[in-house]
Amino acid sequence: MLQPERQILVVFPHPDDEAFGVSGTLAQYAKAGTPITYACLTLGEMGRNLGNPPFTTREELPLIRKKELQASCEAIGIKDLRMMGLRDKTVEFEDDEEMVAMMTNLIEELNPSLIITFYPNYAVHPDHEATARAVIRAVRRMPESDRPRLYCVAFANNTVAELGNPDIINDIHDVREEKMNSMRAHISQTGWMLQEEEKRKEEGATAENNWFTNEHFYSYRFDEDFEDSF
Amino acid sequence: METVNLQKLQDLLNSFANKDVYIHLETTNGAYASHFDEKVFNAGTFIRNVLIRYELGKVTPDVPHRVGLKLSNGGWVYAQGITHFELDDQNRLLMAGHGYDGKLAIALEISETPFAY
Repeated sequence: MLQPERQILVVFPHPDDEAFGVSGTLAQYAKAGTPITYACLTLGEMGRNLGNPPFTTREELPLIRKKELQASCEAIGIKDLRMMGLRDKTVEFEDDEEMVAMMTNLIEELNPSLIITFYPNYAVHPDHEATARAVIRAVRRMPESDRPRLYCVAFANNTVAELGNPDIINDIHDVREEKMNSMRAHISQTGWMLQEEEKRKEEGATAENNWFTNEHFYSYRFDEDFEDSF
Repeated sequence: METVNLQKLQDLLNSFANKDVYIHLETTNGAYASHFDEKVFNAGTFIRNVLIRYELGKVTPDVPHRVGLKLSNGGWVYAQGITHFELDDQNRLLMAGHGYDGKLAIALEISETPFAY
């Protein structure tokens, strides 16, 4: 378990972003009684996993994903879920100042000691990048002494080559069940992945899948900021 | 949704002709396409709640199907790769192309009322 926190703010754009990279860590904090707010920017309206034959339509998917998001938060122990009402794949086209304001308002209301989001330039999906930029900008505008810790998820192919190894590695063996339940909650998006995991086990794989052993983060490096100013 | 039935889909396309209709059109190979394979050139498009009026709508017989809409102002809308369709409970004609991997590749939707959200 990582160091104690007063309040955690998690900011990701898609239902299921919390499941893969951070649900174990969040489950540990939830068990420790740490208040967690999850600001989820969109409902993943543009998700492509609709099945073939399809199990839903483009228009019904957001309703499914909203329920999945709520179930995932329950599995993790997140009691304060904020659905911010943006649309999947459009986050980068929102007004940049309004995006910063959204983050600043959350920070001012919640006074988090830790914010978890993506690492700008190493987050692959345009919505991830736009989310990360807005969070970093909002924190950068705070006096240095008031800034919360920033743990960032980075998974671009060039991450380790450029950022080195993550400085925060968290053992999550004790909450693997909670993490599995969070991933299961997002079954419309994770079904194929969980099936592959089942198959891997049936074929006799004994090595633990690294989703369920460790979660890792990069502390944001303001001394190597992704932009000079905003 | 059901797999395309040519006659049924053609009848539905005809039923929206010569009316002001909102369309949703998207094609995508996924935001992660070039993350998983750097050789993939990632392109896609998305428009939603754009008002059009078409005088002729047609679905082609070969699978996956193409659907073309000839607009009254001389313009066109077309979608390639349509596999499934339905008229939903809000009377919207939803058409989609679901790939062999179970992922949505294209969607074309037609509605007399704006799409929600």
